[in-house]
Amino acid sequence: MAYVELQDVRKAFGPVVALDDLRLEVQAGEFFSMLGPSGCGKTTALRIVAGFESPDRGRVVIDGKDITGVPPNRRDMGMVFQAYSLFPNMTARQNVEFGLQMRKRPPEERARRAGELLELVGLAAQGDRYPYQLSGGQQQRVALARALAIEPRVLLLDEPLSALDARVRVQLREEIRRIQTRLGITSLYVTHDQEEALSISDRVAVMSAGRIEQVATPPEIYGAPATPFVAEFVGTMNRLEATVVDGERGRVSYAGREIGADAVRGRRSGERVLVLIRPEAMAVEALPDGGVPEGSLVGRVAAQVFLGAVTRLKIETEGSGELLTADLPSTGASGFQAGTRVAARFTPDVPRVLDLPPAR
Amino acid sequence: MRAPLRRRSLAWLGVIPFFLYAVGFLLYPSASLVAGAFQDEEGNLTLSLVRDLLTRGARQAFWTSIKISLVTAVLGGLFGLLMAHAAVSRGMPRWVRTVLTTFSGVAANFAGVPLAFAFVSTLGITGIVTQFLKDSVEIDLYGSGFSLYTFFGLSLVYLYFQIPLMILVITPALDGLRHEWQEAAANLGASPAQYWRHVALPVLLPSLLGAAVLLFGNSFGAYATAAALTSGQLPLVTVLIGQVKTGNVISDPHFGDALALGMVVILTVTMGLYALLQRRAARWQR
Amino acid sequence: MRRGSWRSALWLVLGAGYFLVPLLATAQFSLKVTRESYGLDAYRRILADPLFRESLLFSFRLAVYTIVLALALLVPTAYWVHLKLPRLRPAIEFLSVLPFVVPPIVLVVGLLRGFRWTPNWFYGGYLILVAGYVVLAFPYAYRALDAGLRALDIHTLTEAAQSLGANWTTVLLRVIIPNLRTALLSAAFLTLAIVMGEFTMGVLMQFTTFAVYINYVGETQATGAAALSLISFGITWLAMLGILLVGRRIGGRQVQIGGTH
Repeated sequence: MAYVELQDVRKAFGPVVALDDLRLEVQAGEFFSMLGPSGCGKTTALRIVAGFESPDRGRVVIDGKDITGVPPNRRDMGMVFQAYSLFPNMTARQNVEFGLQMRKRPPEERARRAGELLELVGLAAQGDRYPYQLSGGQQQRVALARALAIEPRVLLLDEPLSALDARVRVQLREEIRRIQTRLGITSLYVTHDQEEALSISDRVAVMSAGRIEQVATPPEIYGAPATPFVAEFVGTMNRLEATVVDGERGRVSYAGREIGADAVRGRRSGERVLVLIRPEAMAVEALPDGGVPEGSLVGRVAAQVFLGAVTRLKIETEGSGELLTADLPSTGASGFQAGTRVAARFTPDVPRVLDLPPAR
Repeated sequence: MRAPLRRRSLAWLGVIPFFLYAVGFLLYPSASLVAGAFQDEEGNLTLSLVRDLLTRGARQAFWTSIKISLVTAVLGGLFGLLMAHAAVSRGMPRWVRTVLTTFSGVAANFAGVPLAFAFVSTLGITGIVTQFLKDSVEIDLYGSGFSLYTFFGLSLVYLYFQIPLMILVITPALDGLRHEWQEAAANLGASPAQYWRHVALPVLLPSLLGAAVLLFGNSFGAYATAAALTSGQLPLVTVLIGQVKTGNVISDPHFGDALALGMVVILTVTMGLYALLQRRAARWQR
Repeated sequence: MRRGSWRSALWLVLGAGYFLVPLLATAQFSLKVTRESYGLDAYRRILADPLFRESLLFSFRLAVYTIVLALALLVPTAYWVHLKLPRLRPAIEFLSVLPFVVPPIVLVVGLLRGFRWTPNWFYGGYLILVAGYVVLAFPYAYRALDAGLRALDIHTLTEAAQSLGANWTTVLLRVIIPNLRTALLSAAFLTLAIVMGEFTMGVLMQFTTFAVYINYVGETQATGAAALSLISFGITWLAMLGILLVGRRIGGRQVQIGGTH
């Protein structure tokens, strides 16, 4: 049974609908992320779970109990905010002890627990510093320790790393995951950074405009996006608007070329579909003028972008003028200068096929 | 390196007129005042005037001035805080805050003679509210001992510019209270009262005290309102100075200087305290 | 959280009552002719009084002189402090606190004492009063100018003008001041409000400023004083509106006004 549930939650701010009949289930001990662009409703959903907003309709259920009407200070959850949430008039240690102080724990227990948690987040030596004396990363660690001190049922994190430097971000997200795994605490994580979500979550819910587009494990989200939005939002994706040519054998037509795509099997000929291919799944070979191999797309390299381990080629397709993106290991990229005529091919099992969204 | 030197000296030249003016019309008068407090009518050095500050009349004036300043600082601070907090709270529409701060700006400057007569029109013996209470609810204010021309009445009038001053001063400090703190506190189990006790008030304390001190100084130095309203019935230092200077009270005119010196001493201590509290307040607002 | 909003609204309503009732009562009182009847008699009497116009114009003239002198002293100062002498800031901040250490009552005593030796055209005339008013206006006017300067990028403007060949006076007169128009107006309105409402220094130096006139009327006619209070309040409101409208273009920084009590 799910540990945290949002059941048919609807929330509007005036004319703007932030959450549209949202249904979410998080399992006990799971690290669950809500990923999406600004305004998609992920923060609103989190705040509803925390109790800072009330849903217009729907319920919040924890461990089988309806807590929709429970005020935020009695929900027994720990929350880490994006920034500025440490109490400035208290030291790190006092901040961590605060939740325990509210629960009227004796001073010795508070001190012991605070010590444990500061140790856990690696700040045992900074316990007596004030927030203004700590760096952004250190402040967020204290915030995490503070949220965990009360042994909450659920840990909520609202874009905790967005305000930090890139390097600190990567470091801290791995630590957060490590700590969460060790403690086994059910966690709800909100972010707009897809790399963050994919690297540390058990499951990810991709959201857009108040609705959930897809809930799946990171590999599924990446490799098998369920909607065009997810395909666009997560990673780079080639989108080919193609026409089904042969629904039995699985072949589509794009830019005047016929290519294989197993996923269209079962569709009718003439149907327009969206074919999705990841750049790293494209195999590129240089073509001397003239010869065009079967089942591949043809074009010219419009640009080469060096990305470190990988070099990204932008290929202008002959026949449609659209740009394809193909990633190659940088070691093999020297033969593909701008202007080179190339063939891009992929095995038929690679493309994902979705219904073409209606013209907007 | 001639150019930078020239530019810097030109800058100094640019500010000299201002500083000369400040020296001439602010520091010099203050100094003459101090000097005058230690001179008698012939110009000889004496401590008798300063000693006279301890006479019953002057002592009472200082004490009453301090009392009214304390009372209006505390009450003005309290009500000002409540109103300012109400206006900036998250449920309130934005226009409430703008209206409040604009009105406070006007009201803080409305002090003096017009304010005195506004209150006379309201709560004077034939004031509108006085009449209204007598005619409709049969409460005889003046019959039961209330009077606008007493300590209580003057305090009531003073609050009219003390509360707005508090609002103007404390609103920026309230803005500094991040709502994340309130939410984090709630999340950790604190009720709104506990949040105020453990987080908000400690953080606000330097600003609150600083504002109260400012209000104290503001009230202590006030003259026009008291003069127009009480015309000498209530012993206040400022009013006493006015009386000495206009010859209404038989005394050495230099005595006015001594009184003024006494005021300056008290106000300097007050403002020193304010500066200290301001520096403390700045620490939390990062 | 919704419960708290009711309590907040309550305080604001109570506060509004405390602040508005005296204004309304003053208005109503000023319209009293006899115990029962109402009319504009008080206003008619005031407007017919030559001393009304005299004192009003007198205060207004003093305000104009004060504004001119104060701005002439403050604009270069504020400019140079911003541009070259940031170290002087603490001294200037100190000035902002000064009106509380040296309130008008103290300043007037000091001025009367200290300038006894000056010739009569200064000591006996209104110039000494203007001199005092300028000091009163300093902190508030400076704050307004400071806000305005902060909104401009003084360094860049100055350097751009200099690279095009302008000397310092040109820079100040033709580049900085035109851009400071809104801050200047703001400072002017503030000073106007302060001077028009000032009583203490005027009465102790024995001038019939507008506020002194109101007090004089108040000694004999309560309704007349009420009418004048309302007029005075109206003037202050207009000045504040002026600041608001002008201030909206600077960026809405709240300008703090103390009191001319």
